[in-house]
Amino acid sequence: MHGLANPARFLRIARWLMPLCMGGGFVLACGALGWGLFFGPAERLQGETVRIVYLHVPAAWLGMAGWMGIAAASFTELVWRHPLAGIAARACAVPGAVFTAVCLVTGSLWGRPAWGTWWVWDGRLTSMLVLLFLYFGWIALSQASEVSEGGQNRAPAIFGLVGAVNIPIIHYSVIWWNSQHQAPSITVGKSAMAGAFLWPLMLAMLGFTLLFAGCVLARMRAILANQQAEARLRRKALSDAW
Amino acid sequence: MREAMNPWTFVVAAYVVGLGATLAMVGWSLLSMKRAEKRRDSARKR
Repeated sequence: MHGLANPARFLRIARWLMPLCMGGGFVLACGALGWGLFFGPAERLQGETVRIVYLHVPAAWLGMAGWMGIAAASFTELVWRHPLAGIAARACAVPGAVFTAVCLVTGSLWGRPAWGTWWVWDGRLTSMLVLLFLYFGWIALSQASEVSEGGQNRAPAIFGLVGAVNIPIIHYSVIWWNSQHQAPSITVGKSAMAGAFLWPLMLAMLGFTLLFAGCVLARMRAILANQQAEARLRRKALSDAW
Repeated sequence: MREAMNPWTFVVAAYVVGLGATLAMVGWSLLSMKRAEKRRDSARKR
């Protein structure tokens, strides 16, 4: 990790890793969605609407993983003052928020035919909505901190750590409380899903995860490049003033 | 009389939203990266 503290070394790695993640993710995600949409079976009770699972579950996983990325980067920033940690947190925020929103919308579209309603205020759906609002708040706080104090403010990092308490709430909500949402089908070491659904789902999760990683790397490169441009222009302005 | 909902309407809508948002996010990430790196390179040349 400390080897990547050097922005130049990080950029050398990101230059080839980002297109690899984007390309690989795109191929896997398209393959998985095509498999699930055109070749996968319908489910016995839910019928064709089960095909939404290949979008909804990866989006949910990445919405939560995005916030865990923010929390991990925030911890690294606060404890080790890693120079790229704050940038990594900012890079995770928008992709995480997008996938959380996709999860909520696709879940609603699935819920209408499956449950007869677009929305219920149960533990799972409510905590995912809270996660989306947390993302909006984090992005606003991070941008305000960047403008006002040049990114030296630790408030976004502390917010990122505190907000992580919502992730186990989301995960265990279907176990702790009576929920319209079904209980976990996939747990560590076992799965309640049939193979015909599980394999394209796993492929979709891998594909979308690679796309997410590619977006995070692209955003980190963009934020670093903006910071370097600002620093150079500031130095030039100072030397011109002399 | 309650009409049966066509499930494919919801499936197609979910895929349009999901894929559209993903592609938009990927496109925005790549565009912002290219713009920022172009800005950095032109700042270096000055």
